[in-house]
Amino acid sequence: MQKTGRSFLNNVTGWILPVLILIAWEAASRIGLISPNVLAAPSAVAEAFWRLLLSGELLQNIWISTLRALSGFAIGGAIGLVLGLANGLSSLSRNLTDTTLQMVRNIPHLALIPLVILWFGIDEEAKLFLVALGVFFPVYVNTLLGIQSVDPQLVEMGRVYGMSRSALFFRVILPGALPSIFVGLRYALGIMWLTLIVAETIAASSGLGYMAMQAREFLLLDVVVLSILIYALLGKLADSLARLLERQFLQWHPAFQPA
Amino acid sequence: MTVISFTQPAERARYQEGAGAQAVPDSKPKVPRETAPAARAATEPAAKTALSLRGVSRRFGEKEVLKGIDLDIPEGQFVAIIGKSGCGKSTLLRLIAGLDDPSSGKLTLGTDGHAHRTRIMFQEPRLLPWARVADNVAVGLTGLSKGAEARETALSLLAEVGLKDRADEWPAVLSGGQRQRVALARALAAKPYLLALDEPLGALDALTRIEMQALLERIWRQEGFTAVLVTHDVAEALALADRVIVIDKGAVSLDLAIALPRPRRHGSADVAALEGRILAALFDEQDA
Ligand SMILES: Nc1ncnc2c1ncn2[C@@H]1O[C@H](COP(=O)(O)OP(=O)(O)OP(=O)(O)O)[C@@H](O)[C@H]1O
Ligand SMILES: [Mg+2]
Repeated sequence: MQKTGRSFLNNVTGWILPVLILIAWEAASRIGLISPNVLAAPSAVAEAFWRLLLSGELLQNIWISTLRALSGFAIGGAIGLVLGLANGLSSLSRNLTDTTLQMVRNIPHLALIPLVILWFGIDEEAKLFLVALGVFFPVYVNTLLGIQSVDPQLVEMGRVYGMSRSALFFRVILPGALPSIFVGLRYALGIMWLTLIVAETIAASSGLGYMAMQAREFLLLDVVVLSILIYALLGKLADSLARLLERQFLQWHPAFQPA
Repeated sequence: MTVISFTQPAERARYQEGAGAQAVPDSKPKVPRETAPAARAATEPAAKTALSLRGVSRRFGEKEVLKGIDLDIPEGQFVAIIGKSGCGKSTLLRLIAGLDDPSSGKLTLGTDGHAHRTRIMFQEPRLLPWARVADNVAVGLTGLSKGAEARETALSLLAEVGLKDRADEWPAVLSGGQRQRVALARALAAKPYLLALDEPLGALDALTRIEMQALLERIWRQEGFTAVLVTHDVAEALALADRVIVIDKGAVSLDLAIALPRPRRHGSADVAALEGRILAALFDEQDA
């Protein structure tokens, strides 16, 4: 009882500052301190939100962007996870691919945008490719690292107790690598939104980024600010989800145990 | 080289009766099997051999860590292995536990069918941090039982080591001694034929250690497995073992039967006398 009260209080404390900023922002806009040509007032943004929500345009664009983000993430993340596991478990696989991957990793994936537009135009593939590529590396690197850092003493213990290869993997190696995999996952989520924002503002005909770019052309500053806020909100949502999963799967970890 | 010299035969006899110990004079370079019957004489003469080593050597690259060890351990015996740091105790224990193979020589585990029932307990508990205490114990039942049955066995083992009420906690919240007790329960789960212990109590504080020694002794007496304990602690060896083996420079330098009655009291005169002899062997006092 006391505990929930305390955590409620903690949550509230975190919101005090943003609310104050919002109030100050609105006030500054009202008294003309911030020109509407520079930044739209919160009330204007709220109006834009309501307008676009009613027209259905907003949900449509959010849906498209989310779909892109998640499918790119699924593709890149899955490949990264599989390669990370393979290279962590088999030295043959590692010798074969790791050097190449580490070299490709040094190319900023956003530098490929011109090339990607040449290849795919501004179709869905372009965005999927970029997001998948961006997500791949953090997942791959951290999965590999996680497996390599599994305590060899525990692996030896598993062997002594006669665990089969699959038991060893599922009961010792994978859980041991999981904290690191989650680090990669959360990092990848950040990269996922970042990549998508850039790709959608440059090469898209739908989605949140496209909505923002259109609004810029018509000087609809309220819509631009709205898009930015929604991006932030989606990013936060994804991160919270990852944290929730992390807390669920890493219950055993001292860092996640209730004090 | 350790030869315990006695001024008079009478004194020697008194010493042996009093302390219940017999020295096995060590002859260079190694102890020939035939001249080292003392340990076996101390146990049942007809006891089956649980483990026998013949000229077992282990080298790492150029370095020969174990040099032709000959050893017979009867079933049910509690053997303590003592030696200076780096003398090859862990290496020997890993060979005994089947974690490693000798470079030369032969190592035979007792009666067949028991080979897989060798368990090793390490200096660290090596519990899976992501498995609850009971599930960690159940790791010891891998391939033997599963699910509810395994849990039941795990719970009874935890009760045995006094941790039944901690079954559903994470290892991270246990103290060092409690973790080591969980590791002991796990090692015992499969009813081992041979239990190899590599300084399992080395990291514990003195009080917890004495408690754990008593626990280990009680369980060993109850289950009757063969135990090989590596330790740095001469007092610990004397509290627990039927037989103390001192390893020096990769060879057995002293093989001493300890026939003190159990349970043994820490700090009794007999123990002190034996302790002195083992320490003498460790530090090669007779060699000068
Ligand atoms: N895998 C290995 N590769 C190379 N050398 C090794 C290996 N394992 C052990 N050694 C060497 O063998 C010697 C004996 O090691 P071991 O671990 O058996 O000593 P120990 O008697 O258990 O020492 P401690 O009491 O400190 O645990 C050491 O010099 C060590 O460096
Ligand atoms: Mg050692």
